[in-house]
Amino acid sequence: MRHDHLLTAKQLSRADVETVLDRAAEFDADLEGASDLHAGKLLALCFFEPSTRTKMSFEAAAKRLGGDVVDMGSVESSSVKKGESLADTVRVVEGYADALVLRHPKQGAAKLASDYVDVPVVNAGDGAGHHPSQTLLDLYTIREQAGLEDLSIGIMGDLKYGRTVHSLAHALTNFDVRQHFVSPESLRLPRSVRYDLHEAGAQVREHEELEDVLPNLDVLYVTRIQRERFPDEDEYEAVAGEYRITAETLEAAKDDLAVMHPLPRVDEIAAEVDDSPNATYFEQAHNGVPVRMALLDLLL
Amino acid sequence: MTDTKLRVSKIQSGTVVDHVTAGAALHVLSLLGIDGHDDATVSLGMNVPSDRMGRKDVVKVEGRELSDSELEVLSLIAPEATINIIRDYDVVEKRQVERPDRVTDVLRCPNRDCITNAGEPVQAAFAVLDDGLRCEYCGEIVREDVTDYLQN
Ligand SMILES: [Zn+2]
Repeated sequence: MRHDHLLTAKQLSRADVETVLDRAAEFDADLEGASDLHAGKLLALCFFEPSTRTKMSFEAAAKRLGGDVVDMGSVESSSVKKGESLADTVRVVEGYADALVLRHPKQGAAKLASDYVDVPVVNAGDGAGHHPSQTLLDLYTIREQAGLEDLSIGIMGDLKYGRTVHSLAHALTNFDVRQHFVSPESLRLPRSVRYDLHEAGAQVREHEELEDVLPNLDVLYVTRIQRERFPDEDEYEAVAGEYRITAETLEAAKDDLAVMHPLPRVDEIAAEVDDSPNATYFEQAHNGVPVRMALLDLLL
Repeated sequence: MTDTKLRVSKIQSGTVVDHVTAGAALHVLSLLGIDGHDDATVSLGMNVPSDRMGRKDVVKVEGRELSDSELEVLSLIAPEATINIIRDYDVVEKRQVERPDRVTDVLRCPNRDCITNAGEPVQAAFAVLDDGLRCEYCGEIVREDVTDYLQN
């Protein structure tokens, strides 16, 4: 991989993805064996939105590689609250660290940051845009569970605003994967993502009901439908109920279906599913550290 | 003064945008920031017969020349337009619009959640697609009237 920044999953070729995943597998096999690899390197964590897990996972990855982090802290306690621009913030923080991890509520924020700094920028989520490091750990999990060849994946939930969905859909176009998008009409994929999938010649189908496609799936990637997307509570309840996974739902699925979720979940996957062999989401979350180690190893 | 006379009336200095796609003249005016509240003298020909185009619009603006970035956007609204720069009743320069690979500085991104609309010191930049424009920051695609998103 020869990139200065990781801004979107779209920039990743198949070879890039495989390089990261192979490296991640090496780290996964011996998480503690890399502690001299990037000794003394500092990673700046700039989280303009709260995200405990992504942040901790990057922090763990940096420390497992022998490096450390400097953390901007919460927006409430920083100069951002006084009205400082993102462009100024990242130019200052650049002087403190060897790479910068950015989470921001606005789409394109990471691209803007990369315009202003020379150190590598990793997009850790930009509004409803992209979340490419999540995608790499998703792909790692899919490869472990089902392989990335001749695969049918269902991607379900909030496809309109779900940045993990947008990044995953882009990245999957590199592989022999049939993508089935399952969502209510109002939360279908945005035009910009459709455009890219079309350009990439992806095999894409859209469904409003999971049962239409569930029996064919090898992987089901579930995302949360947020209450605030709907005008009233009743409408939300009606829609969310349609896209909830229970033990009963899974009776119609293949025995080895891998159920994934970027977490945190609320109730879109019932707790009873956790004990089934299909539940893959906690393992998926654990893969965040070796995959982010691989990513940092290649960028630093 | 007859209609024909009005249509061909010469301007002393300014810009004549000819061969504008029929129906697009008003978009050209909005690109130029002309809304009738300033004192620019403007004459419009709409649905004028044209050998080359069947029908065309013509826009003449007194005392105004187009910048390069305005010409780029013009190419998206009126891909066949020809521009005549007039000084002292003479055509001193003829220009053809060229469809650029990207446009900057003249359009804002329609996506309210785009970082270019967040008070940062950047201007939206767009890649030109076959059938629209695409924000280089958030990826938003603009296909409908690009003039809706002109800055200022
Ligand atoms: Zn934008």
